[in-house]
Amino acid sequence: MTGISDFQLKVLALLQEDARLKPEVLATMLGATVEEVKGAIEAMEQNHVIVKYATIVNWSKMHDEKVTALIEVQITPERGRGFDRIAESIYLYPEVKSLYLMSGAYDLQVEIEGDSLKQVASFVSNKLSTIEAVLSTKTYFILKKYKQDGIIFEENESDHRMMVSP
Amino acid sequence: MSNESSHQSSIPVRTRQMSDYLNPTVRDIKPSGIRRFFDLVSTRKDVITLGVGEPDFITPWHVREAAVMSLERGKTQYTSNAGMIELREAICNYLHSSFHVEYNAEKEVMVTIGGSEAIDLALRALISPGDEVLVPEPCYISYSPITTISGGVAVGIETFAKDNFKLTEEALRKVITPRSKILILCYPSNPTGGIMTYEDWLPIAKVVEENDLIVISDEIYAELTYGSKHVSFAAMPGMRERTILVSGFAKAFAMTGWRLGYACGHPDIIAAMLKIHQYTVMCAPTMAQYAALEALTNGMEEKDRMVESYNQRRRLVVQGFHDIGLECHEPQGAFYAFPSIKSTGLTSEEFAQRLLEEANVAAVPGDAFGLGGEGHLRCSYATSVANLTEAIERIGQFVYKLKQG
Repeated sequence: MTGISDFQLKVLALLQEDARLKPEVLATMLGATVEEVKGAIEAMEQNHVIVKYATIVNWSKMHDEKVTALIEVQITPERGRGFDRIAESIYLYPEVKSLYLMSGAYDLQVEIEGDSLKQVASFVSNKLSTIEAVLSTKTYFILKKYKQDGIIFEENESDHRMMVSP
Repeated sequence: MSNESSHQSSIPVRTRQMSDYLNPTVRDIKPSGIRRFFDLVSTRKDVITLGVGEPDFITPWHVREAAVMSLERGKTQYTSNAGMIELREAICNYLHSSFHVEYNAEKEVMVTIGGSEAIDLALRALISPGDEVLVPEPCYISYSPITTISGGVAVGIETFAKDNFKLTEEALRKVITPRSKILILCYPSNPTGGIMTYEDWLPIAKVVEENDLIVISDEIYAELTYGSKHVSFAAMPGMRERTILVSGFAKAFAMTGWRLGYACGHPDIIAAMLKIHQYTVMCAPTMAQYAALEALTNGMEEKDRMVESYNQRRRLVVQGFHDIGLECHEPQGAFYAFPSIKSTGLTSEEFAQRLLEEANVAAVPGDAFGLGGEGHLRCSYATSVANLTEAIERIGQFVYKLKQG
């Protein structure tokens, strides 16, 4: 863990909710100066605590729906380098959205996003399975996303409060 | 058929209007200004509202789950009139550790249907006809009407923005008469966001003592202070005996709809309040009591997170009012800002109504909260940052246009 301050944590918590909040607004909300906020953000960007500002997309709202699959991969680790080199040879594929080393019954969990079922199947059979260290794969297609990165996708989170109350 | 018509014709003609049957005291009480404004807002679409007097968080899941669990286990019976003893003990522990005031769970605490019931019970238990009840204003809208219904006479004490809406010794002394019996305190304050510190309380406690008053201290917003920790009036030297401490779970734990509060005080007074409670409602809802127990036991972290979030939005909204040229004292508690709109030349009512019609922003006119409220607008910042930003923007444009004439 990089030495991260309480103040940086507060900035981070707000950015995680809304990465588009401007430094001026963050400064007001946290009772700090704009310079302090900018400094904290820059520091966290530099040491890669903040990796990227991305958009969470609900692809099911689009007509050209994406296909996502989770793949359990069993591999033979390499002497001296463990899983890391094999992991690299997998995560460098742009189709791979996330890759985790797991405890338990399998070794790596790969998340693949593709335009069609066929594209994902072809990735597994032509690319993933052919890597020498890969012993077996099990592919699970995601049917529906309810929640991702703490964000609920269903649209029932509206404000139920009365418009005016004492 | 013929039977029916002969039966109908035998009904004596009613000479009184239905309203003539009403108790005149109840009939003559004006509906709250908030209600009137609510009706107006309800007719409109796409309004951004700063008019909501409740948290924008949903009750934390573990608290909701505790209630669901209690139902699954069949805990659907009455509890004792004063509430589950486990909950009363948890309340005592909480008040002791958070606000340094000690109560006996058996005799000095009762669980009520919201803080509102506790206020009603306290006033009904204490007031004899004609007793004067002193109420610092602007304040929550129910103290005066309930005083009136209970046969008392409500006496407002005006407080001012220049004092951050604190109650001062002079203002209190000015309204005291031989009939003065009860002082109602509500700090942190709805609608002003004002708080009282230990030093602020000292002279008030002295006046209370000298005039042998009893105090109902509504501390429902106790957890929502920013910068300094809430000081309970009951924790002031010599005031515990004279104070009925009223609070609840709604504001601290985002549990408004559960309707769960409590009152703590001298055993004789709690016993009297309990008598009314027993004859009117029996006990507070059982599942809500289980939820409250969970909130007190495991909910503090979540509560702190919510308070931090209100604090961030408080700074945003106060800065926002300054930026658009509306004077706004710094609210140090609750989740309301109470900016002055006097510079626009409009009354609170006019301002709020035109703001709604011309800018589609709802906020409650300050005069709904009694003396000292005119010229102000209650703006709840318990809403999203996006809503707050947009609301301030719209209010800014509206004020700019007004000032351009």
